[in-house]
Amino acid sequence: MNMAILFYTSNHAFRAEKLLKERGIACKLVPVPRHLSSECGVCLRIEAAQQEEAQELLKNAKVEIAGTHGE
Amino acid sequence: MPKSRPIYLDNAATSWPKPPAVGAAIARTLEHIGGNPGRSGHRLSIAAGRLVDSTREAVAEIFHAADPLRVVFGANGTEALNLALCGLPRPGDHVITSSMEHNSVMRPLRQLEREGVELTVIPCAPTSVLEPSQVEAAIRHNTRLIVLTHASNVVGTLLPIAEVGRCARKHNLLLLVDAAATAGAVPIDMERDGIDLLAFTGHKSLLGPTGTGGLVIGERVDILQMYPLKRGGTGSHSSSEEQPQFLPDRFESGTLNVLGLAGLEAGIRWVLERGVDAIHARHQELLRLFLGGLAEIRGVRLHGLCDPAGQVATISFNIERISPSEAGFILDEEFNIQSRIGLHCAPAAHRSIGTFPDGTIRFAPGIFTTNEDVLYALDAVRQIAGRAG
Repeated sequence: MNMAILFYTSNHAFRAEKLLKERGIACKLVPVPRHLSSECGVCLRIEAAQQEEAQELLKNAKVEIAGTHGE
Repeated sequence: MPKSRPIYLDNAATSWPKPPAVGAAIARTLEHIGGNPGRSGHRLSIAAGRLVDSTREAVAEIFHAADPLRVVFGANGTEALNLALCGLPRPGDHVITSSMEHNSVMRPLRQLEREGVELTVIPCAPTSVLEPSQVEAAIRHNTRLIVLTHASNVVGTLLPIAEVGRCARKHNLLLLVDAAATAGAVPIDMERDGIDLLAFTGHKSLLGPTGTGGLVIGERVDILQMYPLKRGGTGSHSSSEEQPQFLPDRFESGTLNVLGLAGLEAGIRWVLERGVDAIHARHQELLRLFLGGLAEIRGVRLHGLCDPAGQVATISFNIERISPSEAGFILDEEFNIQSRIGLHCAPAAHRSIGTFPDGTIRFAPGIFTTNEDVLYALDAVRQIAGRAG
């Protein structure tokens, strides 16, 4: 199963992508699905199994998450 | 015989030439990364967004800033200074600065003064040295901000940023540093030096193109208490008509100069590869050659500290019986040497060193200046001084 991590700005999404990839966590930037948010921009798709690790990493790096959503 | 290639000694205005990687990065971006960063979800927009992010990372790395998201990009150092100066002090607040500041600091501050901000300008010695104790003595109950240039753009003297930074922390004040003359040329560590806001330009010693610069905002700055200079589209919170409250979006409205940032990243990476320390050492070597050589020429009067250990590679001097403008014209016309003459947008600094209103001739060698270039320039000055004498 995949998870979408949503951000307040794509600037944070790009930062998150870099940090997750450096840690070896597979992720992909995809457009934010319209039903999740009316924001323009991108969110990060990751494996649900790595959600906790990813969230911990982003929290420590002060990259704020706007929400997560199971796909 | 004038050199067929320019002997460019105006690197304090903008550096030239640039490392080849800078032009290559700009061309690659123009041809292959066409999107608007952060505005769309397609691959060309994402590629542009990644490029902007990796440029933030490079900026954070070179200034030892912990969080790349606290790097806000803008058009130049002046815009970054205006963002901090127009964003933080309110009428009734007190701001401290030095007499060595460029007009990019002085003019916004004089405007703020008309709007009710109190201002103290600490006079510097004719060598442009600033005494840190004078800054501390000027602190009042309503002091909010200390603004200092890291180095004089006229005579190159380094100001005691770290000492003032410690003083600012002790009194719970913010320190804004204008690093236009030092970013990429002198090691800067925001944490170690106690810098809360660092305004930088991309096109000088960071070796990027013009049209790039920014403000690095430290953790002690409450960004909700800081007004944006521009408000507008950010690609985020599009459903809201209010400016975002988070970084970098709060201060980064409008499409960024992606091409410029591509060049800036390449410039910073070039600097990081060689090492700021090594570049600084080379600048000091060039300074020693220039200062030693100029001091021996009859009729040349040097200004400032004239000590490579205490300044960046910027040298101001006059030649007796010839105006700076005439000397500058001869240097360019007859010798193909580019210098900058006049007041260098810093009238207060020239008053401090006693060269107002005529100004000086300024030589600013760069990392691509050779020892042979220095000898050639010294010979040109010797010839001009000989004729005038």
